[in-house]
Amino acid sequence: MQADHTGTEATRSKVFIAFQDNEESRAVIEAVLADNTEATAAYAPGLVKIDCPGRLVIRRESIEEITGQPYNLQQIQINLVTLSGHVNEDDDEFSLSWGR
Amino acid sequence: MNIELQAREIQPLRQTFDRVATYTGDKPASRYLEATLGAQPTEQFHYRPTWEEGFEIYDTRRTAIQLKDWNALRDPRQFYYATWAMARARQQDAMEANYQFVESRGLAQKMSDAMRAQVCTVLMPLRHVAFGGNMNNCNICSRGYGTPFTAPAMFHAMDQLGVAQYITRLGLALEEPGALEAGKNDWLGAEAWQPLRELVEDTFVLKDPVELFVAQNLALDGQLYPLVFGHYVDDHLALKGGTAVAMLTSFIPEWHAESNRWVDAVVKTAASESGHNQELLTRWYRHWADRATAALEPVARLALGDDAAPLQTEVREGLDARARKAGLAIG
Repeated sequence: MQADHTGTEATRSKVFIAFQDNEESRAVIEAVLADNTEATAAYAPGLVKIDCPGRLVIRRESIEEITGQPYNLQQIQINLVTLSGHVNEDDDEFSLSWGR
Repeated sequence: MNIELQAREIQPLRQTFDRVATYTGDKPASRYLEATLGAQPTEQFHYRPTWEEGFEIYDTRRTAIQLKDWNALRDPRQFYYATWAMARARQQDAMEANYQFVESRGLAQKMSDAMRAQVCTVLMPLRHVAFGGNMNNCNICSRGYGTPFTAPAMFHAMDQLGVAQYITRLGLALEEPGALEAGKNDWLGAEAWQPLRELVEDTFVLKDPVELFVAQNLALDGQLYPLVFGHYVDDHLALKGGTAVAMLTSFIPEWHAESNRWVDAVVKTAASESGHNQELLTRWYRHWADRATAALEPVARLALGDDAAPLQTEVREGLDARARKAGLAIG
């Protein structure tokens, strides 16, 4: 698969990430949905799965704005269930995409 | 025998309490919102306070500030008891580690005797200032209205107590217990401390909880902490080899910077609601900030010597800028 993230709507593969549905995840999910306009959340019992075509990004700053507390992006691992896509992370952003 | 297991999803009838849903709509709300919004008792008070004629036990009229909704004064840190306690526990762990580092290497003893004595002269009386801050914030909690405003005031009161305890512990780490006694005697008798003691004691009798909030948390603390723990401890002492003092008090400036977000948010929300509020808050701020500037002058000289005057001006200008940003009418 080449040029997924630049292709047309039909050819863009989706990345996804799923969290446990709890108090801690809620701010993360809220931030992801706000920062990724194309992201959609699907709620299963105890689980929230977020799909996004092309690329999905989780921003530390957005989460901090919602919680009012300092946040370390490593904290998402606590409630992370599963994900798909190539992970690219630093202190400020955690992103998933298929592009290289 | 065959048992078939199936997962069933049960949708809750309500996502949050009605008193929270009034503000946020019926969707899951954060613990902070559930712990604060609409938690203030508002009616069916059986008894009027005998100690304060003309008021209900919880009463918005105790302050001259008028708000349509006392749930508006939110804390940007979103502290409710659990998050606040966990944050402070983490900071306490860091402080313990600092103490261990300083004590295991004998860093306090590596400072000169004269310097240790001077540090105690400047910092020990501040135990009593912080204890005043504790009493005032208890008072704000007891006389204020609306849980979003009163609950953080109580946390702030306990934080002030923590500050007093850290200063006490510093005194014991640097000197003999006599240093604490000397600090108290200075607070009660030494000339340099009397204007500040007068100011602190004058705030004890303030009746208006929001005025008290401005006087203590914005006007006084907003100058005291940057001056003493910023300029004196972090800059002045560190240059002279007194980094141990900064390590043993590191909680204090950290807490000050964090709680400023709350103080500023409260002032900003109240000031932006009406010209009446803005005018009142500005008047209170001017009055108490001027008094604090004057009261801190001899203390600044005691700590910083010849550098005191320009640094005090800088601190005051910084606070004025903060107040302006929070919506006060300061030209």
